[in-house]
Amino acid sequence: MTTNTATSEPSTTIPLAIEAIGIVKSFPGVLACGQVEFDLREGEIHALLGENGAGKSTLMNVLAGLYRPEGGIVRVGGRTVDFHSPRDAIAAGIGMVHQHFALVPSMTVAENVLLGLDRPRFRLDLRQTEAEVARLAEEVGMRVEPGARIWQLSVGEQQRVEIIKLLFHGARILILDEPTAVLAPQEIAELFDTLRAMVAAGRSVVFISHKLAEVLAIADRITVMRAGKVTAASLDPHGITRSELAHRMVGRHVIETPARKPVKTGRLVLSVVDVSATNDRGRPALQGASLEARAGEIVGIAAVAGNGQSELAEVITGLRLCTGRVTVNGTEVSARPPSVAIHSGVAHVPEDRTGVGSAPNLSMIDNLILRGFRSAPLAHGPFLDARASRTKAEGLRGVYAISTPTIDAPARILSGGNLQRLILAREIDTEPTLLVAVQPTRGLDVGAIEGVHQLLLGLRERGTAILLISEELEELLALADRILVMYEGRIVGSFETPKADNIDEMGLLMTGGAEAAPEPASAQPQ
Amino acid sequence: MDLTLILAAGVASGTILLFAAIGEIFAERSGVINLGVEGMMLMGAVAGFSIAAATDNPWIGLVVAMLAGGALSLLHAVVSIHLRADQVISGLALTFLGTGLARVLGDGLSGEVVTTLPRITVPLLVDVPFVGAVLFREQSVLTYVGLLLVPVAWFWIDRTRPGLHLRAVGERPAAADAQGVNVARTRYIYVFVGGLLAGLAGATITLAISPGWFGDQTVGGRGWIAVGLVIFAQWSPMRAVIGAYLFGAIFRFIIDIQGVPAILGVNNPFSAGRSATFFLEMLPYLFVIVVVIIGSREALRRRVGAPAALGIPYVRGERGI
Amino acid sequence: MIIRLEPREHVPAWLSPALTIGAVVAALAIGAVILAFVGGDPVRAYAHIIDAAFGDIGVLSDTLVKATPLILTGLACALAFRMRLWNIGAEGQFLLGAWGASAVVLFPILPAGTPSIVLIPVMMIAGALAGALWGLIPGFLRARLGVNEIITTLMLNYVALAWLQFWVFGPWSEGGFQQTRPFPPEALLPRLTDFSKDFPILAGLTTHLGMVFAIVAVAIMSVVVSRTRWGYEMRLIGDNPRAARYAGIDITKYVIVVFAISGALAGLAGMSEVTGVVHRLQDRISPGYGFTAIIIAYLAHFGPWRVVVASILFGALILAGREIQPSGVPAMIQGIILFCLIASEVLVRYRIRIIRRTVATA
Repeated sequence: MTTNTATSEPSTTIPLAIEAIGIVKSFPGVLACGQVEFDLREGEIHALLGENGAGKSTLMNVLAGLYRPEGGIVRVGGRTVDFHSPRDAIAAGIGMVHQHFALVPSMTVAENVLLGLDRPRFRLDLRQTEAEVARLAEEVGMRVEPGARIWQLSVGEQQRVEIIKLLFHGARILILDEPTAVLAPQEIAELFDTLRAMVAAGRSVVFISHKLAEVLAIADRITVMRAGKVTAASLDPHGITRSELAHRMVGRHVIETPARKPVKTGRLVLSVVDVSATNDRGRPALQGASLEARAGEIVGIAAVAGNGQSELAEVITGLRLCTGRVTVNGTEVSARPPSVAIHSGVAHVPEDRTGVGSAPNLSMIDNLILRGFRSAPLAHGPFLDARASRTKAEGLRGVYAISTPTIDAPARILSGGNLQRLILAREIDTEPTLLVAVQPTRGLDVGAIEGVHQLLLGLRERGTAILLISEELEELLALADRILVMYEGRIVGSFETPKADNIDEMGLLMTGGAEAAPEPASAQPQ
Repeated sequence: MDLTLILAAGVASGTILLFAAIGEIFAERSGVINLGVEGMMLMGAVAGFSIAAATDNPWIGLVVAMLAGGALSLLHAVVSIHLRADQVISGLALTFLGTGLARVLGDGLSGEVVTTLPRITVPLLVDVPFVGAVLFREQSVLTYVGLLLVPVAWFWIDRTRPGLHLRAVGERPAAADAQGVNVARTRYIYVFVGGLLAGLAGATITLAISPGWFGDQTVGGRGWIAVGLVIFAQWSPMRAVIGAYLFGAIFRFIIDIQGVPAILGVNNPFSAGRSATFFLEMLPYLFVIVVVIIGSREALRRRVGAPAALGIPYVRGERGI
Repeated sequence: MIIRLEPREHVPAWLSPALTIGAVVAALAIGAVILAFVGGDPVRAYAHIIDAAFGDIGVLSDTLVKATPLILTGLACALAFRMRLWNIGAEGQFLLGAWGASAVVLFPILPAGTPSIVLIPVMMIAGALAGALWGLIPGFLRARLGVNEIITTLMLNYVALAWLQFWVFGPWSEGGFQQTRPFPPEALLPRLTDFSKDFPILAGLTTHLGMVFAIVAVAIMSVVVSRTRWGYEMRLIGDNPRAARYAGIDITKYVIVVFAISGALAGLAGMSEVTGVVHRLQDRISPGYGFTAIIIAYLAHFGPWRVVVASILFGALILAGREIQPSGVPAMIQGIILFCLIASEVLVRYRIRIIRRTVATA
C-alpha cells in the first residue's frame, strides 16, 4: 500500500477560497465532526466524498453558517470568519444548495430569490426582480421561469432555481450537497457542464457526494470522510481507482450484493392496468400506467423524483385514489382503503419511514405489531395479548438484528438503518404475496444497505413478488429481474434482462428523451 | 329597522372582531396558532377599562389594554416557540389564564363609568350616498383605525420585505432559516402583534362600542368568533373585514329585531322577553360554524389554505445528514 | 456559551409524575404571588381550600360530589385528546345531557309514577344520547369535511346554553322563574344520606350514585385503552395518523365514534348532576365543568385513573373556591396550572445542555 499516492501538489501559490482547521461539531449522542481540516482552492471543484453519516453535510453546514462549531477556525479568502447565521456566510460569498431545497413552495421563483437579500429594504418590486433573474439565468446558460411558483416546477428545475438564487446573492463559493440524487443521467451531465462553466468564470465549488463514479468524473480534488474524520485529503482523481476510494470511504470495498439466484417466476400477483391518479397538488401524477409482477420476481422501477413513482406505490397500497384497475391475486385493490390491500397480502415499505412507516413516540413493540395486532396470536377477540406481543417483538429484533438497548423505548430513538430494519422485519414477517418497497436504502450506510438487499433477495426466493422503486440505478441493476422506466406517470420503457450497458438508454427514457420501449411491459413466465 | 343604521352599527361592532381577526392572521401567517384570543381580549377590556376609569383618560387605557394583550401573548410565544409545546393547549391555557385574571382584576368594576373614546363624523365622505352614512357618520375613532388597518395589513403582508419574511416563516421555516431569516424572532414579533391587536379589540368594547364591565360577558365568545373568522378569511385581511362587518351586523340585527312588535303582520316571536329570543342568541355561533365549514371546503378545493407550517414548532434540523 | 434543548433519548419513569407534581406546586406558588399582589391573603385562601374541601367527612363528601361530573367530563376529554381530537365542547355536551335527561321527566317521555328502576336508566340513556349527538356534529364535520373541531365544539357550547335557556325560561319554566319544577322522587339518584336511617353515620352525606357511574366508566375506559385493539388503534391515530392509515385503520370512523363516546360521557355527567344534585333543570348547573375537564385531562396525561385523582383535586378547588375573594381566582389558578404543565412537559422531552465554545489555536 503506497503512501499518499495520489495527493495533489500542496498549494503555495494557488489562493485558498476557504480554509477550515480543527472543526469540531457534535449532536446529542454523536460526534459529527472531530477535528476536521478542509480547504478549497479558488477556481476548483473539490469533491467531499463519504457515505451517509460520515459528517460531510455537517462540515459544509458549518461553512455555510447553518451550524456553529464547538471548536475550530474558518478562513475565507485569508480572513478569519465566525458565522452566526447563513446570512453571514452569504455575505462572505458562500452559498449552499442543500439536499432538501430551501425554497418556499407557495411563493414564486422571484420571491424566493428575494428572500435572502437585504435590498430592497421595504417595498418589493417583483417585476423588476423577475427581469433581473431572467437576465442572470441567461448569463450562466440556465433556463428558469421567474414568475413560476416553486410547487409547479420539477425537481431538476427547482435545483436550478437554488443555484440561480445563490448566484444572485453574489456567491463566489458554491457548496452542493448530493446534487445528483434527484437528477437523471442527462441532467447530471448538464449540471456538470454548468459547474465547469462557473468554475472557469472564477468561482469555486464544493461537491458533496457518496457516488464514486461521479466524483471521479467531475472533481479536481477529492477529500474523503468517514465517521466524522478525514480519512484521505486532497486526492488526485487521476491517480486513484474506485476501489481505493471505496476503501477510504468504508474501510472495505464497494457494496457487495450477493448474486441473484435464478428463480422460477410463478403466477401473476400484481396487475396494474391503465391507472391514473393526481398528486397532492391536484396535478396528474399517473397517466395510464400499466405493469405486472409475478411471484418470485423483483420488478424495478427507475424514475427521476417526481414522475409518479411515489403515487404508484400509494395507489397499489390503497393510500391514494385512482382510476383504472389494480388487482392483487385477483382482488381489486384500486380505489379501496388500505385494509383491502393488506388483506390481499400486500406489504409496504414506505418512502417516509418516520412520517408513514412508524409511530415515532410509540414503543418499538407497538410498531412491530402494527400488522399483526388484529388477530391471534397477538389478539384474542378485542383484547391484545401483551406477552405474545413482546415475544413476537423480541423474536423479530433478534432475527433482523435491530440494534437497540430495549424494545420498550419509543421508535424515534432508532437510527435510520435500524428503523428500516424494524419496518422490514414487520412487513416481511407477514409473508406477503407482494412487497412494495420504495427507496428502501435511502440514507443508510453500507452495512445496512447490504442487509436490506439480502432480505429482499431472500424474500424473492421464497416466492414473494417485489416491486422495487429506487433512485439508485446500481441497486436496481443488482436486484431487479426486470426494470421498468417511468416518465411523467407512464411506463416508457422495459428491460427484460437489464445490464450495466443499459444505463444510458435508461437515463434517456427517464428524462423523456426517447420513444417508448419496443418490448411489452409484462414478462413472460420462464 | 333602518338598514343603514344596522349596517353602521354592524361596522362599529365588527371593528372589534376585525382587530382580533387581523391580529390572529398575523400570528398564524407566521406559523403560530394562538387560541388565547378570548383571554387576551378580556384582559385588554378590563385593563383598558380600569386604567381609563382610574386616570379618567381613555387613551391611556387604550395603550395599557394593548400592552396587556401583548404581554399575555408573549407567554404563549415563549411556550410555543422556545419550549416547542403544543400550541393548541398553550392557547387554551392562555384563555383560561386571561379569563381568570380578568375576572380577578375586574372585581368591583361593574357599575363604573368612563369617558369613552371620541366619535367622529368625516365631513366630505359622509355625504356619499349610502356608504357615507354607514361608514363615516358618528363612528368611533377606532372604527376608522380599523378601516385603515385592512389595506395597511394587506400591503404589509403581500408587498413588503418584512411581509415576505413573514410568509416564508409560516410556509417553510427551514427555507427562511437557510436564507438568514430569524424564524424565532419573526414569530415572536407577530405573535406579539397579535396580542396587541387582541388587547385593542378588548378595549374597543369597553372604551368605545359597549362601555362597561360585565365580567366574562363583556367579550362573550367574540375571541373565538375571531379565530373562526380567520379560517373564513383564508388568512387574508381583505376577506377578514367582510366577515367581521357581517358578524357585526348580525349581532346588531339580533338586538334590533327584538324591538319590533310585528313582522309581516304576524306577532313577532322574537320580541324581547320572550323565550324564543334564545334562538336568536344562537345565531352568531351557528353562523361561525357555517362560515368555518365554507372556509374549510374552499381550502380543500383550492388546495391553498392555512400556512403550511401552522402549529408546527420549528427546530433547525439537528441531525443534518 | 450556547444553551441548547436536546431531545432525551431515554425518559426515566419517575420523571413525568415528578414534573407534573412540580408543575402543580409551582402553579400554586405563582397563584399565591398574584393573589398577594391583588391584595388577597394567599395563605389563608389556600388553607381555607384544604379545610373547606377535606376538613371533615361532610365536606369530603361534598368534594366527591363536585368531583363526579369532573371525572366523567375529564374522561370525555382524555379520550378525545388522546387522539389529538380537541373536544372543547364538553361543557355543551354536559348541558345537552342534562337537558336530555330532564326531557324524560318534563316532556314527559315516560309517564309520572314510572318506577326508578326504569326511569333512571332511561334518563341515563337519554342524557348520554343527547351528549353523543352534540359530539357527533363536530365529529362528523371534522371527519368528513376536515373542519377544525376546536371552533365547532366551542361554538356549540354557546348554542347548547341558549338551547337550555329556551326550555328553562320557556316551556318548562316553573312560574316564570329561571328553573323547572323539581323532579319527582323516582327520578333522583340515591344519595348516601338516603340510607342514614339504617346507617346513621351516613347522615348528611350528599355523594350520590353518579359517583358509581363515574368509577365504572373509568374502569371500562382503562381496560379499553390499555388492553384492547381499539386502545392500540387510538394511540396509533393519536401519535401518527398517516401511519394509522398505512396500517389499515379507518380514521374517519374512529373520529366519529370517539367524538360520540366523548359526548356521551359528558352527557352522562350532565344527567348525573341534575338527577343527583340539583334535582331540577336550571341554566346555571355548571360552573365550567367542561372547561376544567380539559385541564384535568391534560394533568392526568389522559390516563383514566389519574383523571379521578385530578378530578378530586379540582373538585376541591371549585367547592372551596366559591368562597374565595376575589372571584375568578380558581379560573386563574387553572390557567396557571395548565401553563406550568406545558412548560414542564418540555423537560420530559428535552434535556438542557450548556456548551462552552472552544476555539482551536491554529
